[in-house]
Amino acid sequence: MAVDTLDFEEPVAVLLKEIEALSMLPRTEQRAGEIARLQSRADEIRGELYRMLTPWQRVQVARHPNRPYMLDYVERLFTDFQELHGDRRFADDGAIVCGTAVYKGTPILAVGHQKGRDTRMKVKRNFGYARPEGYRKALRAMKLAEKFRRAIIVFVDTPAAYPGMESEERGISEAIALNLREMAVLDVPIIVVVTGEGGSGGALGIAIGDRVMMQEFTVYSVIPPEGCAAILWRDSNRKVDATDALKITAPDLLGRGVIDSIVPEPNGGAHNDYDGAARLLDVALERALREVSALSSAERLDLRYQKFRDMGRLGLDFADASPSVPRADA
Amino acid sequence: MAWFKREKRPMAPSVEKPVRVPEGLWIKCPDCSEILYNKDLAANLHVCPKCAHHFRVSATDRLRSLFDGAWEEHDRELVSLDPLGFTDTKAYRDRLTTSYKATGQRDAVIVASGRLDGLDTEIAAMEYSFIGGSMGVVVGEKITRGIERAIARRCGMVIVSCSGGARMMEGTLSLMQMAKVSAGLARLDRERLPYISVLTDPTTGGVTASFAMLGDLNIAEPKALIGFAGPRVIEQTIRQKLPEGFQRSEFLLEHGMVDAIVDRRQLKAAIASALRFMLPSRAT
Ligand SMILES: [Zn+2]
Repeated sequence: MAVDTLDFEEPVAVLLKEIEALSMLPRTEQRAGEIARLQSRADEIRGELYRMLTPWQRVQVARHPNRPYMLDYVERLFTDFQELHGDRRFADDGAIVCGTAVYKGTPILAVGHQKGRDTRMKVKRNFGYARPEGYRKALRAMKLAEKFRRAIIVFVDTPAAYPGMESEERGISEAIALNLREMAVLDVPIIVVVTGEGGSGGALGIAIGDRVMMQEFTVYSVIPPEGCAAILWRDSNRKVDATDALKITAPDLLGRGVIDSIVPEPNGGAHNDYDGAARLLDVALERALREVSALSSAERLDLRYQKFRDMGRLGLDFADASPSVPRADA
Repeated sequence: MAWFKREKRPMAPSVEKPVRVPEGLWIKCPDCSEILYNKDLAANLHVCPKCAHHFRVSATDRLRSLFDGAWEEHDRELVSLDPLGFTDTKAYRDRLTTSYKATGQRDAVIVASGRLDGLDTEIAAMEYSFIGGSMGVVVGEKITRGIERAIARRCGMVIVSCSGGARMMEGTLSLMQMAKVSAGLARLDRERLPYISVLTDPTTGGVTASFAMLGDLNIAEPKALIGFAGPRVIEQTIRQKLPEGFQRSEFLLEHGMVDAIVDRRQLKAAIASALRFMLPSRAT
């Protein structure tokens, strides 16, 4: 996945172009050595850049066209993947994929958003914008997992739920809302990982679980930065300011108790090394699944409830200013 | 998923014009242009006696129209601590202060216990004048506590939505309130206790995509704007104008998303009969 570089990766892009030019020439010992040297220099610079990404740069990485999508992880982490199509009500939504698979010898259900890679697939996947039938398919598949006592692994990567007329006509609000309610009490382990864009209700609609993790350079937001800038700054060009203000990066959200952990990405981001990204995700998934599976049903459901119950913490995010109540000035 | 106003241009809440009946003695109905005496309008639950236009009402007026008499308000003093330290063209803290002064409320919902047609009931009524009725951590916490009280007291829960959705200035934490309230409703549901959702103008964004659509009954007031995405966002997506009446109560009824459209003057009776259907019959 070489030459697609982002604007802030310019120093890397320059080196990659040099490497490309050298590779065109007849191969010599000396040139091979030079290429290797440039390559390691490029990796080094990339590492430095990615250690200090600004929030807006993280948005760019999360939206990177080469970013691995759900099916790239399915292929690397699971075997025997069998896709389950359709909500049995209206249609099959290509923007959400569900399927049974085997993870380390145990059957699981995989659910996630899927963006398309080329133009044809992008259209088929509706650019990762799911419609009501996508959320309904997800719930149907998750109830199947519950019935047969199989854990669920969810991959979240969507700009938003599809804001079109048919979404409203077919009840996108109801579809998302029902998932929020039912996933809260679904009696099997659910592990959620944000692998790209956590786009507001469209993300949350499949993102209720016992563990919610984010990959290192992903974002999770109530509104796209451009939309927030357009409304509050009345200027969508203020997206960088809006991104800073919204606090949507993985470290921000870990600090605020919205997520449980951050899954590291390989040098230069997941799009730079699919296998490396999958290996790092594998470690986190296995551990989360082991911990959650060790709990009894009752414990797991209580903890899941408490986890979302605690979104917004007394004394930190809100306070009780009643005179009779001691002020929580932590 | 942010709150969107009905007007064409989304605006910051600080410049929002009062949308309720203003203080003057007389008011002109925006639908039929009838000049109405304010006190008469209030006595008619802010519904135009001539054309039945439903004016937006405050959370307090809403509770007055549903409870039999006095009610007990809970968690009145919960206040947002501005968890993100959010500033756009104006500091969020200042927006909060402006809203306290304008409404006398600490946030965009009042949650109270009382009797509705003799039945013990928890009611949450949203206040649109407080930052567009948007849902942040305080709204989520107060409503969730209300649901937990309904479970503890084995009574019904009513939520009257009037909101532009999640509150951007509290970022992802406000998004998470959708999950939090819905988790509470999951427990209420499994306890077989009633939840009546009343959708009023406007109910959009994250409020619609969580508790507003989860009622055992979803009841809409006439002609309310109810939707997920704001009309402007949809128009930008599809690059065409939306048809008249799109995302109005009648459209939702036609598409099977609400159980009934009920005139505000019959709302209390409708809720009472629904609660009587759902609550266990008294052993005699
Ligand atoms: Zn009128």
